[in-house]
Formats: sequence, C-alpha cells, structure tokens
Amino acid sequence: MEALDLARWQFGITTVYHYFFVPVTIGLSLLVALMQTQWMRTRDTRWLRLTKFFGKLFTINFALGLVTGIVQEFQFGMNWSDYSRFVGDIFGAPLAIEALLAFFLESTFLGLWIFGWGRIPEKLHAAAIWLVHIGTLLSSYFILAANSFMQNPVGYRVNPETGRAELTDFLAVLTNPVQLVTFPHVITAAYMTGGAFVLAFALWHLWRPGTPRTDAPMYRRAARLGAVVVLLAGAGSAISGDLQGKIMTEVQPMKMAAAEGLYEDVPEGEGAPFSIITVGTLDGREEVWALTVPKLLSYLATGSLDGAVEGIDHIQERYELTYAGAELTAAEDYRPVIPVTYWSFRLMIGLGLAAMGVALAVLWRLRGSATARDDREEDRPVLRHRLWGWAAGSVLFMPLLANSFGWIFTEMGRQPWLVMGLMTTRTGVSPGTTTGEVLTSMVVFTLLYGALAVVEVKLLLRYGRAGAEQVPEDASYDPADRDDDDAFVFTY
Amino acid sequence: MELTTIWFVLIAVLWVGYFCLEGFDYGVGMLLPVLGKDETRKRQMLSAIGPFWDGNEVWLLTAGGAIFAAFPHWYATLFSGFYLPLLLILVGLILRGVGLEYRGKVDSPAWRARMDAMVVAGSLLPAVLWGIAFSNIVSGVPIDAQMEYAGGFWNLLGPVALLGGLTTLALFLTHGALFVALKTDGALRHDARALALRLGVVAAVLAVAWLTLLHGRTGTPLSWWAAGLAAAALLGGLALAARGREGWAFSGTFVAIALATTSLFLALFPDVMPSSLDPDWSLTATNASSTAKTLGIMTVVALVFTPVMLLYTAWSYWTFRRRISGHHIPTEVHHAAVEPQRPGR
Repeated sequence: MEALDLARWQFGITTVYHYFFVPVTIGLSLLVALMQTQWMRTRDTRWLRLTKFFGKLFTINFALGLVTGIVQEFQFGMNWSDYSRFVGDIFGAPLAIEALLAFFLESTFLGLWIFGWGRIPEKLHAAAIWLVHIGTLLSSYFILAANSFMQNPVGYRVNPETGRAELTDFLAVLTNPVQLVTFPHVITAAYMTGGAFVLAFALWHLWRPGTPRTDAPMYRRAARLGAVVVLLAGAGSAISGDLQGKIMTEVQPMKMAAAEGLYEDVPEGEGAPFSIITVGTLDGREEVWALTVPKLLSYLATGSLDGAVEGIDHIQERYELTYAGAELTAAEDYRPVIPVTYWSFRLMIGLGLAAMGVALAVLWRLRGSATARDDREEDRPVLRHRLWGWAAGSVLFMPLLANSFGWIFTEMGRQPWLVMGLMTTRTGVSPGTTTGEVLTSMVVFTLLYGALAVVEVKLLLRYGRAGAEQVPEDASYDPADRDDDDAFVFTY
Repeated sequence: MELTTIWFVLIAVLWVGYFCLEGFDYGVGMLLPVLGKDETRKRQMLSAIGPFWDGNEVWLLTAGGAIFAAFPHWYATLFSGFYLPLLLILVGLILRGVGLEYRGKVDSPAWRARMDAMVVAGSLLPAVLWGIAFSNIVSGVPIDAQMEYAGGFWNLLGPVALLGGLTTLALFLTHGALFVALKTDGALRHDARALALRLGVVAAVLAVAWLTLLHGRTGTPLSWWAAGLAAAALLGGLALAARGREGWAFSGTFVAIALATTSLFLALFPDVMPSSLDPDWSLTATNASSTAKTLGIMTVVALVFTPVMLLYTAWSYWTFRRRISGHHIPTEVHHAAVEPQRPGR
C-alpha cells in the first residue's frame, strides 16, 4: 500500500471511531440537561438520580470523544498537507472558530458541571450543562460548514496565480445549501443516538431481575423520555434526510445514483424505483432478485414520482469530458465504490427505522402510568420477556451505527473527490510524508484506539449496570448549605 | 498594522496561553509520583487541575486551528514535516486525558497505578516535545523551494533542540510544583514549595543556556529583552517562593513562560518557519498566509469572542480558587467503582 491508501485508511478509522463518541455527546448532553432541569423544577429526586447516572455515563463517553478529536485537527496537516494548502484559506477558518467558540465553552463548562456540584449555585450548575450542549451544537455547525464545502464548494474562487482556493463569501460558506440540510440531519441523528442511549440503559434496568422494585418508576420515566426523543428526532432525521437527497441530486448526482446503484438514466415520466435489498453482483450491475419500491428513487432524488434521474454511466462520461484535463481534477474513474455506497445508505436508513421501531414498542408497552398488573408483580422486573433484554442491548447500537454508515456513505460517496469538482483525494495527500510514517501512525492509533475501546466499553457497562445511585430525599447542592471544610461532592 | 502581523501576534498569544496554562497541568501530572506520596495527596493534586486541564488544552487546539486558518502553508509544512513528534504528542494527550478522567472510575490500586503512569507519560511527552519543536522552528529546519520539509525525524533532535526540550520540561515542572503549592494545603503544599525551588534553579540554568544559544543565532534586540525579562521573572518568582509567597511565585513562572515564548516569536518574526537550506525558501508571515479577506473575518471573530472566552475562563478559575485540603477529598466511593469481591479470596 502507498502513503495515499494508508492515509485514507487512517482518516477512515480515526474518524469513524471519533464519531462513535460525538453523537452520544451531542444527544446525551441534551437529555442530561433536560433531566437536571426537571429536577430543578420538581425537586423529584428520581430526576436527580437520573441526572447523576446518565451524567456519569456522559463523562465516560466525553473523555474519549475529546482525546480522539484532537487527532482530527492535527491529521489534516499531517497526512493531507496539500489539501490544507489548497483550501486552508476557506477550510481553516471554521476549524479555528469552532475551537474558539465551541471547544472552550464545552470544556470550561463541563469542568464547572463535573466539579461544580455543591460549589456553584444550583441554577448556574444546571446552566452549565446547557452551555455544554450549546457548545456541542456550535461545534457541529462549524465543522459541518467545513465538510459541506468539500461536498459542494461555494463562496470561493481559485486564484490562477497561486492555484489555491480563496474565500470570496464567508456567509455563503456558512449557509451552503448542503450545510443547511446537513446540520439538522446530523443533529437529529445525534439526538436519536442520545435518546437510544438513555432508552437502552433504562430498558435494561426495567428488564433485569435485580432492579429494586422502587426504582422501576424512575427507569420507566427515563425509558419513555428516551423513546420519545428517538421518535421525534427520528422523524426530524427522516425529513432532513429527504431534503438532503434533493440537494445531493443537484450538487452530487453521482452520489445519489451510487446510493441506488443506478447505471442507466431514467428519463422524465418513467419514475426510478428504489431497491430495499438486492441480490446480484456486488456492484449491482446484474441483479438476480431485488425487493423494490416503484418510483421511490425518483421521489427521493427530485421530489416527484416521475422525475428524471441520471445514471452512473452517463455522469461518468460527463465528468470525463469536464474534468480529465487538469492535474487536480483528473481521475480514471469518477465513480465511488458502489457496493459501499449502496449498502451503507440502506444500513443507515434501516438501522434508524429499527431504533424508531423499538422506541415505539417500548412506548406502547409502558403506556399509561404504572399498570395494575405491574403492581401485583412485586420484586419482579417490569418487562420480563427476553426480547426486551435483546431490545435494550441492540437499540443502543442502532442509531450509533446508522450515524457511522451515514458518514461512510457521505464521504465514500464523494470519492474520488476530496473537494467536489475541484480536487481529487489523490492530490491532497502530504507529498513529503513517507509510507513508513503513515503506517506507523495508523498502527499506533489503531492499537491505541482498540485498547481504549475495551476500557471504555467495560466502564460504560460497569456504570450502566450498577444503576442510579441513591441520593437523600432532601438533597441540596446549594453552596450556602455547605460548610467550607466539608468534603467536596466530586473530586478526581 | 498588517493583518498578517496581527495574526502572527494572535497566534503567539495562543501559544503563550497554552504554555502558561497547560504548562502547569503537565507539571502537576509529571509530579504525581514525586509529590503524591499517598492517595489523598495524589487526589489533591489531580483535583487541583481537574476543572481546568481540558480548557487549557483547548488553547492548543485553537492555536492549531488559527495557524491552519491564518497561515495554511505554515500549518501544512509544520504538521506534515514534524510528523513523528506530533504523533507522539497526540499519543501523550490521549493517554493523559484518559488517565485523568478514568483514574477514579475503578476503586483498585492496580487500576490507579496504570492510570497514573498514563498521566505521567502523557504529560512528559508534550512537555519535552514542544520544547524540541519550537527550538527547531526558531533555529530553522531544511525546507525546500516547494515549502516542503526536507529533513527527517533525527534532524529534529539536535543538541540545541534537546536542550529546548529539557528547558520546557524543567519550566513546566517548576510551574506545576508552584501550582500545587498554591492550590493545596498541608504537608503537600510545603513539599511542593520546597521542590519548586530546587526545580526552579535547574529550569533557570537550562533556560538561560537554551535562550542564549537560540537568540545568539537568530535573536533580535527585542527578543533578547524578552528572554532577559523571562529569566528575571523566573528568578524573582523563585525568590518569592522562598519567602512563602506562592501566589506571586506562581505569577513569576507564569510571566517567565509567557516572556520566554514571546521571545521565541520575536526571534522568528517575520518568518514563521525559516529554511536552513536557503533563506529565500523560508515560510514567512506574508508568503504562508491566507488572503486578507479570511484574515479580516477571523480578526472580527477573534476580537468579539476572545474576551467572552477569557471572562468565563477567569470565572471558572475564580470559582475553584480555594485550596484543596486532605479533608476536602471525599472518602466514599461511587458504588459502581467498587471492585466486586470474588468468592474464595
């Protein structure tokens, strides 16, 4: 393998890994903030216990999101220095602004939240977790603006003297049509992940034989909150995803065609079908059997059931004519890896829908308040069927993996482009770094990340299983109620 | 002032902030086995940096992002050229972040020992490597006509650079010891102060030697002044530490690190990465920069939001201003952290 392939693998591995923690951070910070606000309003200690329980899991998750995020910022310069030179004028600004506006906010107020129990007034303390959440949203906005530029460059010109892209309109970069639909899609998908996280742990405690009967109402409440968030965010994710499809058809038609493996053009009036699954050759040229929904691809791509959809072969011809002449844009093949785009697109949608299905089932099963039947079954779990245990274990991963597949689709579907229409991935790699260097860093990160994943999962399971800690009925974290010499509520 | 000059200054300010702030938490991390003679003392030390270290690290992220945005060629050449040192710094930052956050999550001596080792190693790596990196940046490295780094890993480990690594190491250790002296109470406080004095003398000798060598080659009158004042601030801080004035002593090392970093940037300007092969191939604040448009937008953003960030950062330091005594460390353990009792043991 060459440095280029290794650098791509490294970016893929480190980014997919980093993105296991990001949606949990965005989604869970919202849910913890909601729980803490509910406690402040009602003084019901069940909300306090849930705040602390999920807050603990949040910090375990946040630690890895933080340390793996630093790698992301350094990696552009280390492995992709020619890309950094080419787009730095546009791409660097959102990254710097993200750090200044979002990272300082997140880290400072998370520090205040973790160490602030009993040391800052309760209202400020609750405000701190909300500010952490706002920080995650700001961070998403700016990094997605940078990513959207790669999908659909706007607000720039290429300087003929330097051959570099230069910023002409920053507002256009921040309001890129791709950005405006991607941001809500990414945020709702993150909320689904946070909701599913809460749902999973609450459901597991409702199902597990050892859960104290008196805790059941608390976990029931958490399960319902998580399920409602999954459903609402899931609906938002579907709507924003649909809008994304239309924009994608306009600016990256190849990616849309690759999502379906559509080789031949489908003219206006015929209506292109969408296949749920296909059995055939890997690249989808020959199909043996397929389960298809008529006209759905036309609708996804154009908003009309009869809309014309351009096929892969035609786009390839068109791109060869347009782009083959220049060093930065020449490529042998303008098609992404079709099996990857085809299946990641379906897995994204399927896993998201599956999570919504579980959420719906849980809401149905837990409808009403504590049912009379449950009250009779003292000292037994609320949900006894083995399927609920399976549901708890799997719903955690459904939106998480849907997020991963969504990004794999978006980024692999952009190939061979690094910046759509401007620069191929091949030309962005650092010319000076050796294969040995990239190989070293890829091996180091992969091993380190693997080891950390084991530690992280162990801790999450351990703290997740142990359940919510007891707190005194009249728990107060107002500094006025504490003595200067009292032990702190939390220290390292 | 030219926009490129403004951004050169702002980036210098970000590095100053990073070294002055994260410098002390690297020091505290490295001193964990030295000053943390028992578990309570270790926890006092770690809790003193607990609310701050993550925010301190963001200064580095912002410095990195700002270099990318304002001087893309500097970012590209530096990060692809100093590949392996940066990889080691990243590994260090990962290890210490995880060590700090997960240390208290399992109540077992073996677990804590592992996490402590990660915190120590993870603090040591960046503390040494940034000194090496900056020594190389200031004295120049092989950069070719295409702005690409043309050296290897071993090029970066010359004697002056190694001296630079030892200097930042000693400075951060002193800075960290004084932070412990300032933020804790009891025997730990006194031990930390005594250690800071001894470390400080070593740091002063190393710093004077390194800065003299460095400025001897590339210094300007201004950079000499900054370096001289840095040495004076360090010695003043040590004198105050000896008199038990921990707050002023910590301010002394803070100012010393700030001035030493400033002297490096003063020696660098107007270059950002001088080439040792041909001065014409050097990266400068002008030829490595973004367009005036980008710099202008970034300037507005920085002017509006940096004061806000400084305000809440200051408020966080103010909130956690109290000294941490042994009796502040809670004795009860989270129920999930307790190791399950295995039968038959």
